[in-house]
Amino acid sequence: MSEHSDHSHLSDSELRVRALESLLTDKGLVDPDALNTIVDTYENQVGPKNGARVVARAWVDPAFKQWLLKDGTAAIDSLGYVSTQGADIVVLENTAQVHNLTVCTLCSCYPWAVLGLPPAWYKSFPYRARAVKDPRGVLAEFGQGIADDVEIRVWDSTAEVRYLVLPERPAGTDGLDEEALSDLVTRNSMIGTDRLDGSVDGRVG
Amino acid sequence: MSTNLPDATELPSLPRDEDGPVFREPWEAQAFAMTVSLHAQGHFTWPEWAEHLSAEITTAHGEGDPDLGDTYYLHWLKALETLVAEKGLVTSKALVQRKDAWDRAAHATPHGQPIVLGPND
Repeated sequence: MSEHSDHSHLSDSELRVRALESLLTDKGLVDPDALNTIVDTYENQVGPKNGARVVARAWVDPAFKQWLLKDGTAAIDSLGYVSTQGADIVVLENTAQVHNLTVCTLCSCYPWAVLGLPPAWYKSFPYRARAVKDPRGVLAEFGQGIADDVEIRVWDSTAEVRYLVLPERPAGTDGLDEEALSDLVTRNSMIGTDRLDGSVDGRVG
Repeated sequence: MSTNLPDATELPSLPRDEDGPVFREPWEAQAFAMTVSLHAQGHFTWPEWAEHLSAEITTAHGEGDPDLGDTYYLHWLKALETLVAEKGLVTSKALVQRKDAWDRAAHATPHGQPIVLGPND
């Protein structure tokens, strides 16, 4: 049985958001045009492409890589990707011996400026809980078998510090330029759930 | 940071997605943008925001939300309502009254027409 009505209906969430936005607008605390700009920025302009460009630059420019690992916030700012939330970005380098995995166990802190907004699984309780307790199991579910002799380091983000993983440059890419390299970098490789060794999960390009 | 988490073996498998839309519905985007805007104007700090959001997520999870990431912006909205009330920007009472006004306006609006508040709302 379906109720057919000819008037409009707004969901509970839609009503609450309209209430909040109209009251804040009435008080001059938010500007609807500015809100639209913010939405457009995060939907269309900010995304993991930014992070992929940071990674590709580090792969081709040793001095930039050194700076990135020493002061991720400043090095990333220099490419024009500025965090508006005042959080520092710490860049973690994957090597043959160390694999880094990032998570926010409390909520979903995430380096927006370089990765855009987080995917649903990153925000989910199973990921938040299991990344810490069982990182090898989590990586296996993402199709990443990590050798037993590779150390897995799990980094818990906070409101003050966000992490970006610098994945290893794939073998056989010596002839590629920076732009082509950035196409190889996946979103998940910068979160730490992908290793760029053939998997295409979350590919940015 | 990771205390009080249950045994990993008791947890369900991970929800997975490819790059989907950033926001599933427009209201999620509006709630997000209001938060970013109010923060940018200095009405609260980002650690204050993160604290409120994580508290809502923890509460919802304790109340049985499977918390697979799809209810995230519901928690976000609730955290924002709480924080703006705490900061004295908008009272909880005003929010309830204004919400009712929008509901009345929606019911008074033919389907497909823009919904606007009445002069007394």
